[in-house]
Amino acid sequence: MRTSDQGRQGPAAMQNGAGRRQTENNRSAGRGGKKKGNRLRLFVQLCFTALTNGYAAGFANTTIYAGDLKHFCVPGLSCYSCPGAFGACPLGSLQAVLGSRNFNFSFYIVGFLMAVGALMGRFVCGWLCPFGLVQDLLYRIPFVKKFRRLPGDRWLRYLKYVILVGFVIVLPMTVVDIIGQGSPWFCKYICPSGTLMAGIPLVAGDPGLQEAAGGLFLWKVAVLAVLVLLSVVVYRPFCRYLCPLGAMYGVFNPVSLCRLQVDREICTKCGVCQKTCGMDIPVWEKPASMECIRCGDCVKACPHGAIRLTGPADLIRRGGAVGNAGTGGAVESSAGSVGDRH
Amino acid sequence: MKKQGGEIGKRRTAGILLLAAGAVFMAVGIYRGEMATVFIKAVNICLECIGIG
Repeated sequence: MRTSDQGRQGPAAMQNGAGRRQTENNRSAGRGGKKKGNRLRLFVQLCFTALTNGYAAGFANTTIYAGDLKHFCVPGLSCYSCPGAFGACPLGSLQAVLGSRNFNFSFYIVGFLMAVGALMGRFVCGWLCPFGLVQDLLYRIPFVKKFRRLPGDRWLRYLKYVILVGFVIVLPMTVVDIIGQGSPWFCKYICPSGTLMAGIPLVAGDPGLQEAAGGLFLWKVAVLAVLVLLSVVVYRPFCRYLCPLGAMYGVFNPVSLCRLQVDREICTKCGVCQKTCGMDIPVWEKPASMECIRCGDCVKACPHGAIRLTGPADLIRRGGAVGNAGTGGAVESSAGSVGDRH
Repeated sequence: MKKQGGEIGKRRTAGILLLAAGAVFMAVGIYRGEMATVFIKAVNICLECIGIG
């Protein structure tokens, strides 16, 4: 007689003798594996943040780095006015070029975003973004109840695309001053990373800036405060609903060289991946979702080992061959069309 | 299975082409002098970014 668990398992699992005990053992191993995966990701996040925002003299002297590295963009959301920042923020740079009198389009920044997106997609969000790290750490704070999503989640996820088009592209280009210069609307009115990593340290250390801080500064601190509080109860609310950089990288998720692959012959659609996913994605159904930040938690959690996170190294190793992922079964990157949405 | 492999191959090709296009775009942008605009913005404290306006 089938138990409810055997009823949920697909034919492949049953043929392999993967009963409830084995599934539980795999889940235990998965949890242990998930801890190791989390530690590795945290280590990479910390190291990359130190690499991109480690100019300690900036914090000590309440100034910013002005060396040649500022010609180059970093892949994550890291304000270039952060005292510790070595590189330029891609979003701030994009708005600066679009809002300048000399250019209507930024080949340099758009090319950078295309290259990073095509290579990694939202892997940047999961592993390299400093503000993503901040949200991950905040979510670790214990709270009486954690929520998997906010009310209106389905529609809120489109908000980041509205912010991308409106605040990052259209407004800087169209709303200009008397000499034809636009403002960085996203940086000015929304960006919490700029407030946390640049605004607060600089204003705290400079009496002149303290005198100049007014309503706009209070608004930005309020936006940051709301996101900090939300990050304790919901996983990565800024990444899910507001981040235009994540929105841009997410467009490349279906085609990026770093991607999740699901082995359809092994997958039993048990749903453990979705339960584990902080972004609440049905990974078994949409491994190339534009919402996926490629954290890899689902890879570790899958009790059947059906999910893999592949990268450019796999492409080189297999000589660009498609299909076999070393499991001997069919490998599929998505059940839907290009650009499938959560 | 063949169809799935074909789709994966198309996506990989699209990714590689986009990567190449991104590199070309960056080269064009550097040639046009956009890096200087980025640099000038990045080495001065952005008052809008820190909430001063």
